[in-house]
Amino acid sequence: MTPAVYVPRDSGALSLGAEDVARAITQEAARRKLDLRMVRNGSRGLYWLEPMVEVATAAGRVAYGPVHVGAVTALFDAGFLDGRPHELRLGLTEEIGWLKKQERLTFARVGVIDPVSIDDYLAHGGYQGLARAAALSGEQIVNEVMESGLRGRGGAGFPCAIKLRTALQSAADCKYVVCNADEGDSGTFADRMIMEGDPFVLLEGMAIAALCVGATQGYIYLRSEYPHSALTLNEAIAAAHARGYLGDNVMGTGKRLELEVRVGAGSYICGEETAMLESLEGKRGMVRYKPPVPAVAGLFGKPTVVNNVLTLASLPIILARGGAFYKNFGVGRSRGTQPIQLAGNVKRPGLFEMAFGITLREIVYELGGGTASGRPVRAVQVGGPLGAYFPAHKLDVAFDYEELAAHDGLLGHGGVVVFDDTVNMAEMARYAMEFCARESCGKCTPCRIGSTRGVEVIERIAAGHNRSANLTLLRDLCDTMTNASLCALGGLTPLPVLSALKHFPGDFGLEDDASKLH
Amino acid sequence: MTTNGWDKSAIAAIAGELKDRPGALMLILRRIQDELGWIPEQSVALIADALNLSRAEVHGVVTFYHDFRRHPPGRHVMRLCRAESCQAMGAGALARHLKERLKIDFGQTTADGNLTLEAVYCLGNCACSPAITVDGDIHGRVTPALLDALLASLQEHRQ
Repeated sequence: MTPAVYVPRDSGALSLGAEDVARAITQEAARRKLDLRMVRNGSRGLYWLEPMVEVATAAGRVAYGPVHVGAVTALFDAGFLDGRPHELRLGLTEEIGWLKKQERLTFARVGVIDPVSIDDYLAHGGYQGLARAAALSGEQIVNEVMESGLRGRGGAGFPCAIKLRTALQSAADCKYVVCNADEGDSGTFADRMIMEGDPFVLLEGMAIAALCVGATQGYIYLRSEYPHSALTLNEAIAAAHARGYLGDNVMGTGKRLELEVRVGAGSYICGEETAMLESLEGKRGMVRYKPPVPAVAGLFGKPTVVNNVLTLASLPIILARGGAFYKNFGVGRSRGTQPIQLAGNVKRPGLFEMAFGITLREIVYELGGGTASGRPVRAVQVGGPLGAYFPAHKLDVAFDYEELAAHDGLLGHGGVVVFDDTVNMAEMARYAMEFCARESCGKCTPCRIGSTRGVEVIERIAAGHNRSANLTLLRDLCDTMTNASLCALGGLTPLPVLSALKHFPGDFGLEDDASKLH
Repeated sequence: MTTNGWDKSAIAAIAGELKDRPGALMLILRRIQDELGWIPEQSVALIADALNLSRAEVHGVVTFYHDFRRHPPGRHVMRLCRAESCQAMGAGALARHLKERLKIDFGQTTADGNLTLEAVYCLGNCACSPAITVDGDIHGRVTPALLDALLASLQEHRQ
């Protein structure tokens, strides 16, 4: 049988030379007159081992990594096509500890299948969720999702079923389902991995949501920084169309659904759902007042289900296996699994999906192996640029919605960024304000003006100008931004700022005042 | 790929093709940006006409989005990620290195018109920080040495 070789087409792997590796393997095989089947899969999420090449053997898939072009000849010499030993050999992929410890529900197929092969998708349980949904009423689908406890994975954590129910109950001649793929938070890449590694699961999730509420048109609002995601999504949409999983008669239901990828233009605020809808309408990405919520009056004024990639990609398994199955994972009100994205200065960065409840300390040290630089961990930012900084001695916090909120943080989109002891936290606080100023849509004053003033005040504090008065000013400013901003950008920017100030006063020249800060 | 030439008929053709699509303005601007590498000022009036919008409305959208350049870029474009994860892995040092080598700041083009340097805030390659793109191609775990090699190859491909 022709051996199958897997080289990821995931953009992370490509950034480390996967394209050259794939080409070199194909050329070397041709030179040796060996037959092989090259599959360009998604990434398994073990990025420190990328480009990770896998070979299908009788015993299972064997991984080698990180593979550089220069190692390809030696791999052939060693007999890697038969899974033979080589210094880069990592063993059976499924037995790699980092992967084995995971509970992959949403990411079950990512890295395993050929992302643009619908047959591969079907062979791995694809479209079972939509098949079941097709036999249910909209209300029954809502109940199944309700039972699962699924909350929005984009950042806000809003119950998915409530959005579906609201859109279902809003009567209209036309409804939309919109996927928020504007994954702008630094330290997050789970949406990208889904779109590049298993795009059909997103299409299936969108079809389930559309079937549930009666939507006939869907859009995937994709950030322009993800050109490879656009390629896989468009290939997948074309394939789904050709096989009747999209179009005029979705899976024989008689229902219509068209999907289209719309590429953004480098605006972070367009990840906010109403700004995203404005952008889809061809306008400036200005945040809308709510109510009405999008489920009542969203895109072009019509009822619109707006959800993040991961949320929609969780629907197929919930429908296929039942809400109760999904709910069995997790703790408290954080049900299901969370794809944790570990990045920054960490030895083993990557994506780790497991039930809610693991602590930050376990994530950073056991999964991540500490810093990449080998220096001590100093700070960990959780939940993207609007998330709080945790100091190294306060990492015994469980990674779930409620626990993080109880510690003045947020889960956000599930990103964890590690910093070593060379970081200056006053600079990071200043950066948070600067980023807010750059990305503010400008609609509300606290965010538009406050962020710019925030940069100035932090600079004055760090420079030692009238420190005590400026500190009071910064707190006032943060209070105003938190309570009076229209959306989460202005409303949450104080979180990284104040957490940096609270835990690292020395960086602001405030060692003596530390006691007053807590 | 990127030509600086202002071509009225090409812009009009894009606007004509896309004007009836929902949310047409973003589609049109995105296409012009992708094909030309920037949005010439003269296209604003053309697009406004095609969509029955005011020029102010079109201008407002062009200027809102970071991707839409209002000046032609250099022959090559390098974008350095400056977001948190890349900062944690030395993006600041890379930025200083680039500015010194190229004698330009972010948003500027080298005097010979060969390279435009831009900041970007997250390429989604955070597990391989620090990250950059060169003419759209992504590179991870970038070191000053890799930057120098990339810059050297861009100098060779000046035409």
